[in-house]
Amino acid sequence: MNGTARHIPDRLESPAARALKSWETLLLAVAVAIFVFNSLASPYFLNAWNLSDATFNFTEKAMIAFAMAMLIIAGEIDLSVASIIALASTAMGAAAQLDAGVPVLVLIGLGVGLACGAFNGALVTGLGLPSIVVTIGTMSLFRGISYIVLGDQAFRGYPPGFSYFGQGYVFWVISFEFVLFAILALIYYVILHRTNFGRAIFAIGNNPTGALFSGIRVARVKFILFLLTGLMSGIAAICLTSRLGSTRPSIAFGWELEVVTMVVLGGVNILGGSGSIPGVVIAAFVMGLVTFGLGLLNVPGIVMSIFIGMLLIGVIALPRLWAMWRADRA
Amino acid sequence: MSTFLKSREALLVLVIGLLLAAIASRFPAFVEPANLARVFNDTAPLMILAIGQTLVILTRCIDLSVAANLALTGMVCAMLNVAAPDLPVAVILLVAVTLGALMGAFNGILVWKLSIPPIVVTLGTMTIYRGIIFLISGGAWVNAHEMTAAFTGFPRAELFGLPALSWIALAIAALFFVVARATPLGRAFYAVGGNPHAAVYTGLNVGRTQFAAFVISGTLSGLVGYLWVARYSVAYVDIAAGFELEVVAACVIGGIAIAGGAGTLMGALLGALFLGIIKNALPVIGISPFWQLAISGSAIVIAVVLGARAARAKGRIILKRAEAQA
Repeated sequence: MNGTARHIPDRLESPAARALKSWETLLLAVAVAIFVFNSLASPYFLNAWNLSDATFNFTEKAMIAFAMAMLIIAGEIDLSVASIIALASTAMGAAAQLDAGVPVLVLIGLGVGLACGAFNGALVTGLGLPSIVVTIGTMSLFRGISYIVLGDQAFRGYPPGFSYFGQGYVFWVISFEFVLFAILALIYYVILHRTNFGRAIFAIGNNPTGALFSGIRVARVKFILFLLTGLMSGIAAICLTSRLGSTRPSIAFGWELEVVTMVVLGGVNILGGSGSIPGVVIAAFVMGLVTFGLGLLNVPGIVMSIFIGMLLIGVIALPRLWAMWRADRA
Repeated sequence: MSTFLKSREALLVLVIGLLLAAIASRFPAFVEPANLARVFNDTAPLMILAIGQTLVILTRCIDLSVAANLALTGMVCAMLNVAAPDLPVAVILLVAVTLGALMGAFNGILVWKLSIPPIVVTLGTMTIYRGIIFLISGGAWVNAHEMTAAFTGFPRAELFGLPALSWIALAIAALFFVVARATPLGRAFYAVGGNPHAAVYTGLNVGRTQFAAFVISGTLSGLVGYLWVARYSVAYVDIAAGFELEVVAACVIGGIAIAGGAGTLMGALLGALFLGIIKNALPVIGISPFWQLAISGSAIVIAVVLGARAARAKGRIILKRAEAQA
């Protein structure tokens, strides 16, 4: 990873020791530390309803981050996710103006997400184009269509039942979104870590040619991953639109950055080949707790984005600096 | 000659010509020299940034922080002008260029010394630089009446009928044409991006060349930062928000290969002009400016599709890369 020679140890450390030294454990420790710090810094932090509100900071982004993690592990990236949200939300808003019911709205949200994912996937896998450029292009294109439809207007007037996805509670302070987040985390954990499909993703990320020669249909797996990322953006669009109750073309602006940050913070190698869903889940909590804690301390949103940017660079830079420092001493 | 006719540059000249002819058939005033000069001047910031971005992309990197760099430098220049109205424009230009270069160097160091992927570095610094504007300005605007006449007048000062902004863009284009074609550094950008391993064996330092590209991109962003704020006579946190995508779009449309090593500055400039003409023509032909984002998005997608087909047809690739087979 950083150019220093690797040696193969004579014997591996015990599984317990490895788990203790893992990225996920470190991240969990950070999450606990932030939790404790926030509890001490603000008297309003340790309140069931406040904490429940805080989960909305990350649930929608985390849903996309699960699919994005798999995409990045496979060596691709999708920067158009926030624009897919905008387009899906605009389509749902347009349908709501025509008095569409809740099931239709949900289908439209999911359908637009899938269609956008398929478009990205077809360009990347079908024509062999680099995913960064393709999705920078579709990032402008998808949001651009929202701007054409909406201009400086907004869609409102969603049907009453539609608000449940973003504002409903399943039980006491446990929101529908949080339950959905937990279920999706479980599903993605199983897909990535317990199925052949998941193994194929790691294989592709580590060595696409090798994966191809071992019989993995690389293009098809990548296409499915783009579809999944689009679908998750569609689901996030439903939740976010329902929560806000209105659609503007600038909805979810800049989310692609936060989603990628969440994935990288979760220990996924940005160059592909390694990463885990539990890591992304903990990273989601860390980012949610940081933004919520800073919010309680009246730190403005744009200053929080400095923290997010530093977090993104810091989590990659610090281990490398540490490795360089150790190599210097050895 | 026949290779030129088949090149992306020739295609772009043709497309721009057709575009202008189509607009002129309905709105002849658009193609009057005075208006074309206005369009050129309006596109000058995009062209300057596209030059820097081209060099960065040639070395297999990408710089998404250019717009944030521009905005931060612009805000610093504006605040400097308010705090010290007597400061000559030359000093402000120097500050802008130095500050921009420093921000570019920060990106470059992270890419060079820590080998962090450039997209991660510049996504991160993009938000950091943008956030710093809020920290130093407190979210307040610097308005036209607070700036001095000398400060806002510089980019508009006319010389031989063209504003200084246009002349600066032309001078930078000329400078970097020479740099890219006739200096060791310019050739290194192509060599490093074309084949990094071979570049190492030729004695080139890949990381340092990428660093140099980031410094140039940052310097040009800083310069544009001052020019932008002075031209529009306003500075606030969100100026040029999303402009980095337009810059990348200009490069991709201009045929700069995102995989590095291929593409010309002329292509990037024509790509920028293409976007600039569309942007200026939309209100003239009565289409809502809200169409612009979707148009530049489609242009990027179409350009990469064309670029991929051209690369395949040319047979330039001797050894296929792993991803290409997959």
